[in-house]
Amino acid sequence: MSNPDIDPPRLYAAREPIFPRRVHGWFRNLKWIIMAVTLAIYYITPWIRWDRGPSLPDQAVLIDLANRRFYFFWIEIWPHEFYFVAGLLVMAGLGLFLFTSALGRVWCGYACPQTVWTDLFILTERWVEGDRNARVRLWNAPWDARKLRLRLTKWAIWLLIAVATGGAWIFYFTDAPTLLRNLFTGDAHPVAYITMGILTATTFLFGGFAREQICIYACPWPRIQAAMMDEDTLTVAYREWRGEPRGKLHRGEATRSEGGPKGDCIDCMACVNVCPMGIDIRDGQQLECITCALCIDACDEVMGKIGKPRGLIDYMALRDEAAERAGETPKPLLKHILRPRTVLYFTLWAGIGVALLVALFLRSPFDLNVTPVRNPLYVTMADGAIRNTYALRLRNKQGDEREFTVSVLGADGTLPQGVTVTLEGLPDTRVSVSANSTHTQRVYITAEKGSALAGSEQSELTLWVEDATDGNKSRIGTVFHGRSE
Amino acid sequence: MADTDDEHTSPQSPDNRAELERQAADKAQKDQTLAQSSEGQPVSPRPGATRVVRDRKGARRVIEVPSTGHSWDGIEEYDNPLPRWWLWTFYATIIWSVAYVIAYPAIPLLNGSTQGVLGQNYRSDVAAEIQRFKDANAPIQAKLVETPLEEIAADPELANYTANAGAAIFRTWCAQCHGSGAGGATGYPSLLDNDWLWGGSLEDIHTTVTHGIRDPQNDDTRYSEMPRFGTDEMLDNTQIRQVVNHVLALGGLPHDAALATEGEAVFADNCVSCHGEDGTGDRSQGAPDLTDAVWLYGSDPATITRIVHDGPFGVMPAWTGRLSEADIRAVAAYVHSLGGGE
Repeated sequence: MSNPDIDPPRLYAAREPIFPRRVHGWFRNLKWIIMAVTLAIYYITPWIRWDRGPSLPDQAVLIDLANRRFYFFWIEIWPHEFYFVAGLLVMAGLGLFLFTSALGRVWCGYACPQTVWTDLFILTERWVEGDRNARVRLWNAPWDARKLRLRLTKWAIWLLIAVATGGAWIFYFTDAPTLLRNLFTGDAHPVAYITMGILTATTFLFGGFAREQICIYACPWPRIQAAMMDEDTLTVAYREWRGEPRGKLHRGEATRSEGGPKGDCIDCMACVNVCPMGIDIRDGQQLECITCALCIDACDEVMGKIGKPRGLIDYMALRDEAAERAGETPKPLLKHILRPRTVLYFTLWAGIGVALLVALFLRSPFDLNVTPVRNPLYVTMADGAIRNTYALRLRNKQGDEREFTVSVLGADGTLPQGVTVTLEGLPDTRVSVSANSTHTQRVYITAEKGSALAGSEQSELTLWVEDATDGNKSRIGTVFHGRSE
Repeated sequence: MADTDDEHTSPQSPDNRAELERQAADKAQKDQTLAQSSEGQPVSPRPGATRVVRDRKGARRVIEVPSTGHSWDGIEEYDNPLPRWWLWTFYATIIWSVAYVIAYPAIPLLNGSTQGVLGQNYRSDVAAEIQRFKDANAPIQAKLVETPLEEIAADPELANYTANAGAAIFRTWCAQCHGSGAGGATGYPSLLDNDWLWGGSLEDIHTTVTHGIRDPQNDDTRYSEMPRFGTDEMLDNTQIRQVVNHVLALGGLPHDAALATEGEAVFADNCVSCHGEDGTGDRSQGAPDLTDAVWLYGSDPATITRIVHDGPFGVMPAWTGRLSEADIRAVAAYVHSLGGGE
């Protein structure tokens, strides 16, 4: 006894296979270009060389985790400068807000790796198995030699792309040519193989099989974006007032614009057949829609064939749809993009960008930290002088060994009376720091017996460090502890 | 419920109205359902009292679920079977636990526990890990023992090793007396200043660490003994007061000039053999310099009087036999690099 009324709703929806049809048009061409550019950036970047001198890697973009350096062409980021990375991430976030509030889900539709690689995988699929109709037939066909051959060929090409994708990722973390050689000889680090294996698997599965399921179920971004869009946001929409009522149009039959009963939509399903997300854009805005605009291309092609104006499906703001329905002129494109909200996002984005650039150009080629040794606060010397010890960390960010001179000034900018600076294990106040490294030097400041510094509990001091080669100076404040009687 | 005198069930109480209304509505619905059923209409079971199952052919079938008879506030507990995934996970954990007990140390016994067939053991893991570090350090320790002490600082690899290993050894074995910052304490010398009792060269420090000071168990220990001038009645209290003032004068501290002048003779008779005629001490006997600003026990007259009267007898243990030669060298190099090394 089956009773459909009381069956609980199924919590699992089986994936409906999607067979996107090939489409030609302006947006498809734009997507091809973006795909080519982004893939080229991803695959080629690790192979660009950049000469930094003998002691540094010559890879233009390198995340050197072992030595804790990030190289980006002429920029070198040390771990303590991680705020640059944090700043870039904040900029990336604000950039997404900006683009989403102005142009909807353009990131999802054009630039997201999931979209780009899925597009590439669908392209491969079409090469091997044919366009939509052939693929549907193959899907429904029983397993025979031909189906097996086509499937294996497709999977093999996918796997090659996936291996190349996972492989390219690890090249960003170590010298690419060396790693490529080592990958083949089996000498690469296990982490390289494991990372490559994981990324190969995810690329293969996400691009080949999960596809739109990642966007619909796994990705949080569609949910967040829903909150970022408003009625001025440009998004892909169907001009319902123009298309409905839809239906087959017989030759010579008049549409509504010509006084007939039917709208412009001839229900040819072209927009549905090309959709990589498997939705019908005519149902209105949907969570699944990544605004890839392929339905616009498909519909425009059909509209051209039946001699109707293009743009039945178009980039459009919700406000425009209402205005057009009421017969008013929609807002011009620029007014949709230039709104207080987008201007605010852009200002914040640009402000952080400028701040980062300024910070980047004001960076000193070396920098220092000083920690007074507080155990004990001071040492009484045989002649009654008071000595303080400091741990001075010198970071030489330059590509050659540099010699630094350490000196000290009091709070008033002059050398305090009876104060001498000595460095542990060195004959004078010069210390050399090898290229691209950090050196911790024990520094002693001694105030002779009876001097003001020796007799006061705590005094302000400034340590100056001067690069002997180019005279660059840097300073840091610290304190001197004396013995107060 | 029939007891209308009880305020909790009384229909007069507004608090009970909602409950009574609900009971009435339930009854009405039940009656209606029964009435429909008697007219031959199919009764749709209440949702929840049925369950969808699949039969052997995969077709969906709705079956009735028996009640457990538990009911709270009209909510009934049905005797639904456990979800399959939950049940299988539960079985899997049981199998896992049996496998775990067989594979790993698990059951406590009188002496230890069962060992497990995999032979895995955290104690041996730690021992192996310690051994791994010992093996990794063995070459540099061998090199450290072979290298003359003066050449350690010039070798970056050895200097780096002694700086880190020496600091670790110091904090483990030396900090108890000398302080974690090597600043010393009363009776325990500071290792940071440039005043050394037995010498501050690398060689001297190495010897001190190896053989200790006044260590009765080491034949080569550094040894000297300051007489107990008061306790053993070698000097009377007046002489002690005189010599103490002389020592204060030597150290440039406030003193009684008349007593100090008188103490000069006492000092010459009793102290110069170790502390020298000018009071600058003698490192070969560990006799401190009395003219400098560093005082091991303190520089107030009472303390100096006590030292002259009772005699100090500071002991440092010999570390040979307790620390390896490489460790002794590392800690000697570390102490030498703290600012006082000569």
